[in-house]
Amino acid sequence: MTENNKLIEVRGLCKDFGDNKVLKDINTDIMKGEKVVVIGPSGSGKSTFLRCLNCMEDPTAGAIIFGGENIADMSVDINVHRQKMGMVFQHFNLFNNKTVIENIMLAPILIGKKNLKKQKKDNLLIKLHLKKGEVIPVTTSVSEITANAREKAIELLKRIGLEEKADAYPSSLSGGQKQRVAIVRSLAMDPDVILFDEPTSALDPEMVGEVLELMKDLANQGMTMVVVTHEMGFAKEVGTRIIFMDEGRFVEEATPEEFFAHPKSERAIEFLSKVL
Amino acid sequence: MNGFSLKIEKFLEILIERGGYKEVLIGLQNTVLIAVAGLIIGTVIGTLIAAVRVLPKYSKIVKALDGFCSFYVGLFRGTPMVVQLLVFYYVMLPLMGIRMSSVVVAITVFGLNSGAYISEIMRAGILSVDPGQMEGARSVGLSYTSAMMKIVIPQAIKNILPTLGNEFIALIKETSVVSFVGAKDLYLAFQSIGSGTYEYMVPYLAMAIIYIVIVCLITLGIKVMERRLRKGDRK
Ligand SMILES: Nc1ncnc2c1ncn2[C@@H]1O[C@H](COP(=O)(O)OP(=O)(O)OP(=O)(O)O)[C@@H](O)[C@H]1O
Ligand SMILES: [Mg+2]
Repeated sequence: MTENNKLIEVRGLCKDFGDNKVLKDINTDIMKGEKVVVIGPSGSGKSTFLRCLNCMEDPTAGAIIFGGENIADMSVDINVHRQKMGMVFQHFNLFNNKTVIENIMLAPILIGKKNLKKQKKDNLLIKLHLKKGEVIPVTTSVSEITANAREKAIELLKRIGLEEKADAYPSSLSGGQKQRVAIVRSLAMDPDVILFDEPTSALDPEMVGEVLELMKDLANQGMTMVVVTHEMGFAKEVGTRIIFMDEGRFVEEATPEEFFAHPKSERAIEFLSKVL
Repeated sequence: MNGFSLKIEKFLEILIERGGYKEVLIGLQNTVLIAVAGLIIGTVIGTLIAAVRVLPKYSKIVKALDGFCSFYVGLFRGTPMVVQLLVFYYVMLPLMGIRMSSVVVAITVFGLNSGAYISEIMRAGILSVDPGQMEGARSVGLSYTSAMMKIVIPQAIKNILPTLGNEFIALIKETSVVSFVGAKDLYLAFQSIGSGTYEYMVPYLAMAIIYIVIVCLITLGIKVMERRLRKGDRK
């Protein structure tokens, strides 16, 4: 694979919580289009690894290279990068004070407005010769940003068959519906990668299927995904690489065929005997 | 009993025919104005302080701000409102060479004072919001400030509305001390009506009734608001 197929580079990633060394010198590359499935026993650091990828947890040491920058560096504007890294949580984390459609439109509108303001300010400074550069004509407006965001949100809701729930509040949705809305909320920013942390663990069994279907759908369309899950069926079917974590390290990395048929380490064999 | 009805007659005469109602209206207006404006200013100050106090304490600036906020809260919660009014009016303003009307002074002090109380209410409110709400907002690329303003604080305010209503009631009641700096509130109005005849029984009874009615109205308003909000939850 060529260099520019790398989406995320993880270099020497360590994370401590006080004296507890949760991640120990992790190195890996996540390629465009890959579906990485992270599995391992409870407390092995899967969530922490995932949350370090978009710096929800600040790494103690090491680098996360994304979009040409080390986003673990505190001086980088992490918000810009997070727009391109969707995240889906075990407990959905939909905004309770917003309707379904507002949940989806919120970030595109806020960020669109912010960029518009910045562009106008830059243009003004350039015109006043207070800043070097070229005036980029402003081609959009707040109402256009809002209209586009709404159109996109409706399109996304149609895709998951929930357009009639657009004006409902999250509290009136089932768990499966909430998680599907949460997934399309992350899609609204056109992310390059989506990070999933046990997206089906909080769901009633009958709702797991609908969420996994949507995730498979995304996978088939070429979305890069990093998924922490206990759904071994999904891992086998959708995963292109399995990472088995234990005690803060990547103990094994292999294709699903390889990993499930011939696990190498004792820990992986033991783990698989419990979950399969 | 005859004596009492005579007193009521006299009171009504002063109130209606000799224009006492005008003073009562001004007093009522000031009382409500001071409490409402105080509550609004207090909510803004309280929210700002609470937002600072829940910040992760990484940098020295945050620590210093937090220290200042806790000093502010301690100061205003640790002294009586009357003392704050008197110190502000008779010490601070002359020292700074500023002139302000009594009502503006009262509004300022009430705002500063309730800001301290509301900050504690608001902090509890913010902490009561599921941390997942902040994470969800940060994960789509919102800054800490936007996430706070758009997602966390609106939910915090909703959680603390009943408590905020009680703070409003407390403020209404506490306005009865603003006459210490000469602000014309309900107390001064009825006091002046009474002083015309040296007959205070009925005026002060009337004042008490007005306070009770205001407080009942606010209580009712809070109940209605709570019921509406709960409906929004179920929708
Ligand atoms: N915010 C935190 N503060 C302190 N310790 C933490 C924090 N988050 C995680 N840990 C610790 O880090 C270790 C790894 O946790 P992590 O949540 O990453 O495990 P996990 O593999 O996702 O487990 P599970 O399958 O139970 O979700 C645990 O020992 C946990 O107690
Ligand atoms: Mg976890």
